[in-house]
Amino acid sequence: MKHAYIWGGILTIAFFSVVGDVLLARAMKQVGDVHALWRSAGLWTVVSRVASNPNIFMGVAAMTVAFFTLLFALSWGDLSLVAPAAASLTFIGNAFAAKIFLHEKVDRRRWIAAVLVAAGVALLAG
Amino acid sequence: MTFRKYLVLAGVTVFGAAGDSVLSHGMKQVGNISIHDLPSLIFAVMNPYVAIGILLLLTFIVLNMTALSWADLTYVLPATSMGYVLLALSARFILHEQVSLTRWLGIVLISGGVGFIAGSPALTSHLHEEEKSPLLAAKDTARNGAPAPAHGTHAEEVVSSVVEP
Repeated sequence: MKHAYIWGGILTIAFFSVVGDVLLARAMKQVGDVHALWRSAGLWTVVSRVASNPNIFMGVAAMTVAFFTLLFALSWGDLSLVAPAAASLTFIGNAFAAKIFLHEKVDRRRWIAAVLVAAGVALLAG
Repeated sequence: MTFRKYLVLAGVTVFGAAGDSVLSHGMKQVGNISIHDLPSLIFAVMNPYVAIGILLLLTFIVLNMTALSWADLTYVLPATSMGYVLLALSARFILHEQVSLTRWLGIVLISGGVGFIAGSPALTSHLHEEEKSPLLAAKDTARNGAPAPAHGTHAEEVVSSVVEP
């Protein structure tokens, strides 16, 4: 039963991390290239455009949920399992989510990169 | 990809890794914080390591958002995962900790993953025109050589300063 709780926690952390990452990436694409915008319209335009984008706040909210789920999950399971498992699943989940929701061209190169990094993180943090 | 963009990616990597390790060092000095004693979190921020760690992580967040404004999520995430490698290498060579064979293998896998996306295009996604900011839509129009909209005299001026060399 404890196992189910821990893995439920890990999946919840990964899910909300992916949601947060995707929303933040989407928001920043809607804001536009920050360098170009800063040069042409000034810093204030960049700040106001970021602050008025609802996806930013939803993304931060999702990341906050992920963070507090991590705190809870750590009280049930070991840091050496929960943190790397959640980080690895987030990398893989992001590749799927970026392809579906952000329409990124996730080619073979990027799949291999995501899998290698996910495996590496699992080994490094485990 | 310009030199400045590579610099931003390097910044995401370094500030993320440094922020994590400085903050964790500070929190170890502060000690356990009970969920029933949340006001003690305010005292935790008075620890210089915790304060510097938070500043470093804030810089990380700003740089990460900057990178996401011109690069794909599936490009930024692997590219900046070198931070894990930096942490392990600093544990070995600065803190003189023992790094196990499993961890070295992890370093090799992450570096390999980063190698796979290095040199590939950073941006492949294209937002629909209506979702795009008017400024960038105008920039695309200028790039494609199509005539600028008749009402867009201001946009034209902006475009001339936006188009990258």
